[in-house]
Order: sequence, then C-alpha cells, then structure tokens
Amino acid sequence: MSSRDRGYRTTGAALSILFLSPLLWSGWASVRTADGFGLENYQRLFTSDNGIRPHHVLNSLTVCLLTVGGTLVVATLGGYAFGRFRFPGRDLLFLLTLAILMVPYATILIALYVLLGWIGLEDSLLGLSLVLIMFQLPFSVFMMRNSFEAVPRELEESALVDGCTSLTALLRVLLHAVRPGLVTVALFAFLTSWSEFFAPLILLNSTDRFTLPLAVVNMRTASHGSIDYAALEAGVVFMAVPCLLLFLFLQRSYVRGFMSGALKG
Amino acid sequence: MVALLTPRRDARPRAVPPAPARRRRHRRRALVGAAYASPTALMVGLFFVLPLLLVGWMSLHRWPLLGVPELNAPENYADLGDNSLLRTATWFTLKYTVVVTVLLFAVSFGLALLVQRRRPGVALFRTAFFLPMAVGFASASLLFLGLLSDEIGPVTRALDALGLVDGYVSWTSGSPNTALASSVALVLWRFAGFNMLILLTGLQAIPLEVYEAARIDGAGRWQTFRRITLPLLRPTIALVLTLMVTGSLLAFDQFWILTRGGPDNSTTSLVMVIYRDAFIRLDLGSAAAISVLLLAVLIVFNVVQLGVLRRRSQ
Repeated sequence: MSSRDRGYRTTGAALSILFLSPLLWSGWASVRTADGFGLENYQRLFTSDNGIRPHHVLNSLTVCLLTVGGTLVVATLGGYAFGRFRFPGRDLLFLLTLAILMVPYATILIALYVLLGWIGLEDSLLGLSLVLIMFQLPFSVFMMRNSFEAVPRELEESALVDGCTSLTALLRVLLHAVRPGLVTVALFAFLTSWSEFFAPLILLNSTDRFTLPLAVVNMRTASHGSIDYAALEAGVVFMAVPCLLLFLFLQRSYVRGFMSGALKG
Repeated sequence: MVALLTPRRDARPRAVPPAPARRRRHRRRALVGAAYASPTALMVGLFFVLPLLLVGWMSLHRWPLLGVPELNAPENYADLGDNSLLRTATWFTLKYTVVVTVLLFAVSFGLALLVQRRRPGVALFRTAFFLPMAVGFASASLLFLGLLSDEIGPVTRALDALGLVDGYVSWTSGSPNTALASSVALVLWRFAGFNMLILLTGLQAIPLEVYEAARIDGAGRWQTFRRITLPLLRPTIALVLTLMVTGSLLAFDQFWILTRGGPDNSTTSLVMVIYRDAFIRLDLGSAAAISVLLLAVLIVFNVVQLGVLRRRSQ
C-alpha cells in the first residue's frame, strides 16, 4: 500500500467517523439513563406534560399519506401530459411549475396562510398537505416528464392500437415503465413531508394538529427553564429512524432523483 | 418489466387519414393532454401564482392577523427603515451567508475530491458523508441542541479534556460568536454530503481522456486541477454556490430551534423577522413587504446566476 493510499484511507475513515458520530451519539443518548440504559427517555417523550402524543404521530402519517398520494397523482398526470402531449400553454405551465423552485417558500407562506383561511382550510392537515404537494411539484413533474420521455413510443402506440384509450394505456402499460421515477418521487415526498418544520409551523395553530417535528420542538419551547435533553434526543431518534431506514434501502432512487435535478439545474 | 416485453405487432397497416380528420385528431389529443395537465395547472395556479400576487397585494395594505385590511401603501415599505431588528437581521443574514458559503463549499469540495475515484471503501465513505441528509433539518437541529448542551452533550467535555476550553461553555446561547459557530457546524454536518454529491456528478462528467491528454503533456497534479478540473467544473460550482447562497439567505430552522435567535437577537435571521412580524406583532402587511423585497433580491440573484451558468456552459 502506497503512502498516498494510506493517507486516503485514514482521512476517509476519520471523516466518516466524524460524520456518523452525531447520529450514533443521539442513539446512545436516547437510551442512556441515570443508572445505565433503558427506555425511560422514550417513556418521558410520550408521557410528560409537553411531550408528544399518539395523535401527533397520526397527524404526521396523515400529512405524509396525503402528500405522497397527491404528489404521485398530480405529477404522474402532469409528467404524462408534458412528456407525451402537445397542447396550448404547455411550455408556459412547465416553466411556471419550475419557477416554484426559484421562489423560496418562506416568502409566500404568509400569503398561503391567508389564502387557506379564505377557503376554510386554516389550521388543517389537508391545507398543509396541499401546500407541501405544490412545493414537491417542480422536482416531481420534472422527474416524471423525463421518465415518460424515456419510455419508447412504440410501447404506448401498440397499446393504443390494441384499443386502449390514453388513460388505460397509462394505467395498464406506462405506469410499469415509469416505476423507478414513481419510487423516487414518492421517497422525496415522504422525506419532505415527514421532516418539514417551517410550513406546519406557519399553517398549523392548535397543538392538537401539530405534526411530529412541531410537537418535539414544542417540548423545548414550552419547557420553562430546564430542557429535558434526553427526551429530546429520544424524539430525534424516533423521527430519524424511518428516514434513515428508507434512505438506506432506497439509496439508489434517492441518488438518481437528485442527480437528475442537479445535472439539469 | 414483463409488461414491457408483451407482443409487438410486426406489421401495422395504417392508412394515413385525410388532412381534416388528422387535424381533428390533433385537436382532440391536445385537449386530452390539457386535461392531464389540469391538476398541475390547478395546483400551480391556486397555491403558487395566486399567493405570489397576494403577497404583493398584502404588502400594500395594513393587514392585521384578525380584522379588515385597508390600503396604506407605501407605509409598510417606508416603515421598514425604522425596523431596527430588520437592520441587524439583514447584516447577520449576510454575514452568515458569507461564512456558510465559504466553509460549506470548501468542505464539500474537499469531500468530493476525496471520494471521486473508485477505490476500496469509497461507497462506504460517500454514504457516511451523505447520511446526515436523510435526517430532517429540524431533527438535526434538535440533535445538535443536545450534542452541544452541557447537560448531556459530549462536546464540551471532550474539548475540556483536550484542554481547549475551560469548564462550562454555553455554545448555543453563550455569546453571538459561539451561537453562530454552533449553527455553522450544524449546517456543515447536515449539508456537506449533499453538495459533495452534486460536485461529484460534475467531476465524473469530465471525460477521462482530457486527464489522460494532460498527463501525456506532462501536466502536474496541481496544474491539472487548476487548468482542467476547475474550468470544466464551473457550471456545477455555480449551481452549488447558488443553492448555498439561496439556502443561507432563507435560513430559519437552525436559528429558531438551536439558538432561538439569541443571545440578544444576535442570530435572528431575515425569515425569523418575517415570522415575528406576522405572528407575534400580528402585522401581516409588514411581513409581506419584507417577503416581497427578499423575493426580489433572490429573483435578481437567480436570474444573474442562471445567465452566468448558461454563458459558461455554452
């Protein structure tokens, strides 16, 4: 082994440990108790006055389900339209969708708060999900358009000759062909909606409606004086584990997703 | 995948229809396409274009959280001059943006260079650097809150053992500098892997032949890096820098959770001022005015960046 090789390995290993250690530490701190190890911190996380409740978990799951489902439906239909059809206003709509990326959402959330109030969706999980779907659209529609464009045209044409309408061709044939794109879109929609903090902070008012990140942060904010750090770390682990597992299993979809976005800018 | 391979007709006798019929079919197909795009159009129109117009409209009104708005233009904008917190927040956000962009770029680029070639262990290293990205940013902020605390955090104790600090240090709220440093450390940890991966795609897009040719011409490692890697990587570097600057100008979670904007508002960012104006001072008009200005700055910045990106990549 040359000395440069050894240098590369030592640096790489040391940096890997540095990057992994906060994650490992939070896992350790979440089970560390006054006398050894145990699940007391998790117990306090779920039972203390300002702690999280089962309905917070349910709220988060609801928002995730609505956001992932909604994003999949809208982006699949939109990607199909942009990838396979010509219609008036097509380029304008596509540009407007991508422009969502250019306008960071922190700056329009105040208006969205007012707007959702007008249509009776203030302080509602459905309203929050609609906003999250909108923020997922530039990436998802772009991804799905590319997926549909990559499918050979003959596949669709033969289905049409077999007597399918464009919708049955989409449902019976094309969905299979674009499945990798769908997985990527769903994964990103899940990770965002599960972890998002700022949008729910603005759009949800009552603690009963809080999603998990809001509820856990609220433990810190609501506690006067001393913060229960160990229970906070238990909350961190509780929120992070599903994301880490999904990421490790679907690493390929994840990397493919943002390569496609990154390369095209 | 089986569905992909189902029988394909060998011969497809298809008569070319007469022109009017073809045009009719085209029009029909356009209508179908528009129908598929309608959910996207509805979402984009209702939740993006409309709020964008509304935030401009709101900025021209006295708009209390509860109650009837009334036109007061250009008072919201004029009053921003007297908003002293906005002034300190603007300076702080700019300072933070410079610090984060410089450090984050250096770290991400270093990591990308370290793992760019296929070598034993490289996949493991990449995953390790990227894994923090899978944890939500709010969770990551809470993680660092504990990590840097005196009660359960190992950081102070470790530095104390090394003799670098003396006893009790309140990282996240002790002084403006340590609070800023805590947030920067958090952002470096969370985002270095993400930016590394983008830079890596750029590095791998450079054809090996170019390096080969440089080697044959007798170029050294440093020369190759300066004369080949850097110029060919310019579009990717521009993209990464744009993402970093935009992200830093809009920073919120890390300050809201980790430093609470303190001590003494020293780490209050622009977006925190928007939030405070809207939901603590209950003055949505003023919050909208700051949003409009921030939006204008970001759009100008993005357009300039895109122009640079286009010109360079041609």
